[in-house]
Amino acid sequence: MITYSFLQHYWWFLISLLGGILAFLLFIQGGQSLLYSLSKTEDEKRLLVNALGRKWEFTFTTLVTFGGAFFASFPLFYSTSFGGAYWVWMAILFCFIIQAVSYEFQSKPGNVFGAGTYRAFLFINGLLATFLIGVAIATFFTGSDFIVAKGNITNQLAPVISSWGNEWHGLDALFTVRNLTLGIAVFFLSRSLALLFFVNRLNNEVLEARSRKFLWYNAIPFVVFFLIFVIWTLFSEGFAVNQATGVVTMEKYKYFTNLIEMPVVLVLFLLGVVAVLGGVIGTWITPKFKSGIWFAGVGTVVTVCSLLLLVGYNNTSYYPSTNLQSSLTIFNSSSSFFTLKAMSLVSLFIPVVLVYIFIAWRSMEKKRINIQDVNEDEHAY
Amino acid sequence: MSLLDASLVDWSRAQFAMTAMYHWLFVPLTLGLGLIVCIMESLYVKTGNEEWKKATQFWMTLFGVNFAIGVATGIILEFEFGTNWSNYSWFVGDIFGAPLAIEAILAFFMEATFISVMFFGWKKVSKKFHLASTWLTVIGATISALWILVANAWMQYPVGMEFNPDTVRNEMIDFWSILLSPVALNKFFHTVISGWVVGSLFVVGISSWYLLKKRETGFALKSIKVAAIVGLVSTILVAYTGDGSAYHVSQQQPMKLAAMESLYSGQKPTALVPFGILNPAKKSYKDSVDPFLFKIEVPSLLSLLANREMNTFVPGIKDILDGGYITQKGTVALSFDEKHARGKAALKSLEDYQKAVVAKDTAAAKIHKAALKENYAQFGYGYIDRAEMMIPSIPTVYYSFHIMVMLGFYFILLFIVFLWKQKSIEKQKWLLWIGVLSIPLGYVAGQLGWVVAEVGRQPWAIQDVLPLQAAISHISTYSVKITFFLFLILFTALLVAEIRIMLKQIKKGPVAE
Ligand code: HDD
Ligand code: HEM
Ligand code: HEM
Repeated sequence: MITYSFLQHYWWFLISLLGGILAFLLFIQGGQSLLYSLSKTEDEKRLLVNALGRKWEFTFTTLVTFGGAFFASFPLFYSTSFGGAYWVWMAILFCFIIQAVSYEFQSKPGNVFGAGTYRAFLFINGLLATFLIGVAIATFFTGSDFIVAKGNITNQLAPVISSWGNEWHGLDALFTVRNLTLGIAVFFLSRSLALLFFVNRLNNEVLEARSRKFLWYNAIPFVVFFLIFVIWTLFSEGFAVNQATGVVTMEKYKYFTNLIEMPVVLVLFLLGVVAVLGGVIGTWITPKFKSGIWFAGVGTVVTVCSLLLLVGYNNTSYYPSTNLQSSLTIFNSSSSFFTLKAMSLVSLFIPVVLVYIFIAWRSMEKKRINIQDVNEDEHAY
Repeated sequence: MSLLDASLVDWSRAQFAMTAMYHWLFVPLTLGLGLIVCIMESLYVKTGNEEWKKATQFWMTLFGVNFAIGVATGIILEFEFGTNWSNYSWFVGDIFGAPLAIEAILAFFMEATFISVMFFGWKKVSKKFHLASTWLTVIGATISALWILVANAWMQYPVGMEFNPDTVRNEMIDFWSILLSPVALNKFFHTVISGWVVGSLFVVGISSWYLLKKRETGFALKSIKVAAIVGLVSTILVAYTGDGSAYHVSQQQPMKLAAMESLYSGQKPTALVPFGILNPAKKSYKDSVDPFLFKIEVPSLLSLLANREMNTFVPGIKDILDGGYITQKGTVALSFDEKHARGKAALKSLEDYQKAVVAKDTAAAKIHKAALKENYAQFGYGYIDRAEMMIPSIPTVYYSFHIMVMLGFYFILLFIVFLWKQKSIEKQKWLLWIGVLSIPLGYVAGQLGWVVAEVGRQPWAIQDVLPLQAAISHISTYSVKITFFLFLILFTALLVAEIRIMLKQIKKGPVAE
């Protein structure tokens, strides 16, 4: 039977999946952050820009979809987090605005600010967006300082429902060390994925060899920071919700308990982690192995998705507040039954979308790309 | 919670308006140039004539430059609903969010996928597959416009929803009435087709420049031919759908119509003022100063346009605020004071309902809930204390509307002349110059259209339900000021870069492609 609770779980799953896909696609940003260090010559730089440039729209569109889907399915999150953590989200948005024009503009004559500026924009996007998104997601586990009071709507002088507890408006997330560890982990993850992507896509021996070497300096910090975050989280207190009353309390080892109580999520999580490590290690030890990105990519999607399931399911608050009773859960922040149902019907189109993406990519990606292809393409960046 | 600063509303409005207007500089060209590129590529595939391919590729380059910045300005609008209109996001997110999500899932992915085939696939995929990709990219852009306009139309004319006092928000009860609302459909066609007008003016204008410079003659003539036909057809459709828009405005948002026409007191029948100059001495809707310094009148025409019937009453600003006249639906219009009282009562019932729920007093809760439902249609009026707050800026709305309409008729004429003089066009220097100089006018008309639609609905974020001051986020004014200027500087810098890149590409011309 399709119940309200089922739809709330279904939409949290879709949000988690989108979050996982977004984390994987951040490899574009990771690649941008490597623009200066990985390439030594102008030709190499152009090759990197063009390899990434044919995919950037997907990361961007996934971010937009992530936002839109969140708005539609959990509108209270949208209003509380975006309106409250104003500065973090604004910073993330700025990073993406400057990215959107940069591929198209950087190689065009008359672009006013010069190719260097646009490449710097790409670099900033790679550096900051990955880190900040990681920090923002970490607050799903660590909590933020906000208050939700729906009764305010009848107060004519100050009718706003959600308000932030401090003047930092989201920058306060940067003061929590655990948030920073996830930010750093996401940053290094995106770079590691980018390196695996270059190994797979580029037909250029120098860059390929360099990518394999760089993988060391990026995958190891990723693993270290990721483990710190995960272990710390599993063994710290979590935000538990009483199913009957909706009251939120702090519970010891909440996320660890969730893992044990949801064996499917546990298995997914472990498989995901193994796939990421497999992709990385396989690329290290076998010089001919070029498919690491597929393992690490799928692994990233699955791992991030299962981490998000961990905060949303099993009577947990997915967007907790330090003012405990204001915390958001998939029950108290979701859209109505009717809306979730209508949108669930639309979501049945998602496989169609995936099929045409697959067909279009297949037709474009028969060969790996080298500098000659870039030079011969009329539309190259 | 502390009181909200009054200027916060103004700065939030300014930021939304500014970013939306920037977005709307690029969106119409994406829609219009996209259509023209599709037509040209279809002609290429059909005839095999390389000239058409050359034309397609040239316009496609300009399309790409414009598209990128359209995307950059679009993302910020989406998130601004949360960052700057957070209360609004909760209050109507159940309805408004869905179109936005569907837009992203169905439309944006379509564009993002096929645009890379369109740009990089010329040598990689078959001619037919490439053509299909070009069409799918542009169709994707058009569908994305559909969803956002459905959302916007719903704000002007909220249907298919019910207020839920437990969750304190409006909830969707009928998806199809939202999607197929006549306001939404009309708005979709008017807006998208206005983009085709902008695209046609752009192509005609640039081609005229080549003819003036005696360059690329064959290419320019071909482009003018396609664009002038698209332009003529779409301007006629824009006028037609624009009339439909005005009709819906008159039925759903009478105050907006009164502002568009600067109509203070209606008559039966009411005359239309197609051309007039406003009297700046008119200070209040209560004084007896004539709103016009000068005007040309056509008797009865406004009644006909607004009500589709000759001898009917069109309410003016004073009528709307004083109430008492008979509406087209046959009911007696409520005065502002009455609506305000009902709005207050609705807010009070909601408050009492919440208290009763906390006190677990189900009987009282039921009574308050019923009382709330009775007055909910005027809910938003509870926040509005003075009748004057109901009046949008008359000169802004009035002049914007009249200039847009005049430009519409001017464009029809322009495209007719271009088609008529086509044979000898290279010799018609004056006409070519007019073509070049008309490019910006399309943008002006489009921007003014949004000003009419959005300024005209003040003070509402959602018509009759949610006024602006109840829609905002609880942030400090200075935060919004900072982001306002950051956006202004960034978008302006990017716009300058975009225009210069375009000019360089145009100077370079299609051959070098
Ligand atoms: C090239 C652009 C262009 C041109 C030539 C016109 N319009 Fe327009 N108009 C727009 C571009 C536009 C727009 C930007 O697309 C708007 C803003 C919101 C919308 O739905 O469309 C708009 C809004 C708009 C509205 C307000 C709709 C609302 O509030 O929802 C009306 C009543 C008209 N138009 C009427 C007309 C008429 C009678 C025209 C006669 C020729 C006309 N427009 C030409
Ligand atoms: C892209 C073209 C658009 C333009 C040029 C535009 C223009 C404007 C303007 C000028 C204002 C300020 C009104 C004032 O301060 O008096 C405004 C406000 C607003 N508009 Fe639009 N608008 C556009 C699209 C939209 C769309 C598509 C939506 C909804 C999906 C929308 C929703 C709003 C909201 C929520 C506000 C703030 C509240 C308000 O001032 O009414 N706008 N817009
Ligand atoms: C004010 C409300 C609006 C919001 C929140 C909004 C949102 C967006 C977003 C997020 C993008 C970037 C999409 C991407 O990732 O590729 C975008 C681009 C675009 N929007 Fe808007 N938009 C608004 C108004 C409009 C209007 C009024 C139209 C047309 C009638 C429109 C049509 C388009 C088109 C054609 C693009 C081109 C780029 C693309 O779709 O990717 N938008 N918009």
